[in-house]
Amino acid sequence: MISLAGRDILHSWGKFVFTGFGLGLLIGVTLIMAGVYRGMVDDAKVLLDNSGADLWVVQKNTLGPYAESSSIYDDEWRGIQSMPGVERTANVTYLTMQVRHGDRDVRSMISGIAAGQPGQPGWPPYLINGRQITRGHYEAVADEATGFKVGDTLKIRRNQYTVVGLTRRMVSSNGDPMVFIPLKDAQEAQFLKDNDAILEQRRRNAQNPEFTQPGAPGLLDALNHSQTNNPYVNSVLVQVKKGYSPKEVAQSIEQWKRLTVYTRQDMEDILIGKMIATSAKQIGMFLAILAVVSAAIVAFIIYTLTLGKIREIAVLKLIGTRNRTIAGMILQQAIALGVIGFVVGKISATFGAPAFPKYVLLEPMDSAAGFVAVVIICILSSIIAIRAALKVDPAEAVGG
Amino acid sequence: MSGKGIRIEGLRKRYGSGDTAVDALKEVNMVVAPGEVVGLIGPSGSGKSTLLKCLGAVIEPSAGTMILGDETIYDKGWKVKDIRALRRDKIGFVFQAPYLIPFLDVTDNVALPPMLAGVANKEARNSALALLEALDVQHRAKAMPSQLSGGEQQRVAIARGLVNRPPVILADEPTAPLDSERALAVIKILNDMAKKFETAIIVVTHDEKIIPTFKRIYHIRDGVTYEEKGEGRAFDL
Repeated sequence: MISLAGRDILHSWGKFVFTGFGLGLLIGVTLIMAGVYRGMVDDAKVLLDNSGADLWVVQKNTLGPYAESSSIYDDEWRGIQSMPGVERTANVTYLTMQVRHGDRDVRSMISGIAAGQPGQPGWPPYLINGRQITRGHYEAVADEATGFKVGDTLKIRRNQYTVVGLTRRMVSSNGDPMVFIPLKDAQEAQFLKDNDAILEQRRRNAQNPEFTQPGAPGLLDALNHSQTNNPYVNSVLVQVKKGYSPKEVAQSIEQWKRLTVYTRQDMEDILIGKMIATSAKQIGMFLAILAVVSAAIVAFIIYTLTLGKIREIAVLKLIGTRNRTIAGMILQQAIALGVIGFVVGKISATFGAPAFPKYVLLEPMDSAAGFVAVVIICILSSIIAIRAALKVDPAEAVGG
Repeated sequence: MSGKGIRIEGLRKRYGSGDTAVDALKEVNMVVAPGEVVGLIGPSGSGKSTLLKCLGAVIEPSAGTMILGDETIYDKGWKVKDIRALRRDKIGFVFQAPYLIPFLDVTDNVALPPMLAGVANKEARNSALALLEALDVQHRAKAMPSQLSGGEQQRVAIARGLVNRPPVILADEPTAPLDSERALAVIKILNDMAKKFETAIIVVTHDEKIIPTFKRIYHIRDGVTYEEKGEGRAFDL
């Protein structure tokens, strides 16, 4: 038996291809939306992977350092370093801000990394150009997505930094490219006030009789100094020795240091389950709407195509075509439309994804799931047309 | 496949029931022998279409008997289980408009009924090509219906009606859209095919130019058929 659906598609291929193309763009948008979500998840995982840490020690009862602000003293690492099971520790700060580059701003996450060497927690694990930071001040390593080049100068707060190295895929959980600078500079940048604010603060301190008591002549100076100095970091990153359970080490640090410690799994739960949960729901809603719109389009197209063939269907029935052959023809056409749409959608998503400002990760399994969903949607969408076709009376082919 | 034509006795069809019931067919009696072409003529509303639908097993009569070849297909109810197979294998249809399937070429349009009956594609196409040759349209075998003239389309439709060698063919105003010359050519083809394949053909028509070609005519008026003995009235085609 010949394929009636295939012959009809070949006969009116233009209608199918153009409809499939339109549907394909819709499917492409759907795949991109799924890719945006995957990209967000991947950004979160990349941030954790690239930090090189097994544990994140943060301010007690906070979800820091990425989901909430967290401040702990920058000498806490010493005590943590001496705990059983701790291999290495490193202070780290994170600050999302606009970095001035020439006449434009680049939204970046500034990460302050403690002096040390590559491989230390918090450091960019690899470079694609240039070198790592070797000086204690005013050097930066930037992600290539910032658009900076080695030798460029960028401005953070009042200070100028020279880009000495470039790295790749170092992004925040929001997808903002990272810029690494020395820890001390980052601490200063986090809390540095402008000169007017500092003068105003000193004036207020000087007018406060609490700080100018005759019996404590150095108190005012000490206070002013402490207020212009930042002894805090956002987190201490910890690498655990081989053979130790990160969970047990974390419990030990929490118990003795009275801080909150997160394992890698905890961090993933925070970043994916909390930080991007709303965005994920938003994308889920869009996906659902796009699925419904796609289904409506396929249903409408197939229904219209079927209505256009009522006389032929009546003739087919009159000459003895089984209902299941007619239903199969419509079903195959709906699926063919979906397949054409999926191919167009997949190609457009693959070529279109790099043009999106945020990272779009097209997972093969998502594409496979998308294909299955498209086929299911097409099958469901063809039901209305099949019902219409099965209702056609063969008598319509006979005059009168 | 040819048998003993078609015999209809006391066929009736009532639409609706009670006060709103309409008797579309009140008393239909017809006998068409194998190889014979008869005309069925009647004014609008006389019951022609209803009769054609009953004969084509598209609607169920209310009473009477229909015998197709050696088989009683209706006697106060359908006597065959698979009506669709009955239409496919025992009844050929030729319509006023050819109603060819637009997305199949000429060969496959003709080969479709045997394919639906489970005949292998190659065998079905060979049967189709043989018929197309008999109807002198073999040169358009690969053409699509939209590329054919009206006369060619009607010949292809006749080939489709004949391809399963049904004992009866129902032709519903097959010459309506054609000019005199082509209309007579179609009737000649139907006569030739009826003789060649021993098929009984019933031609429903209003067409004055082809009415004299029938040796026997059934008139239908108000759901009742009357036979006109037309011996000697038909002219040679």
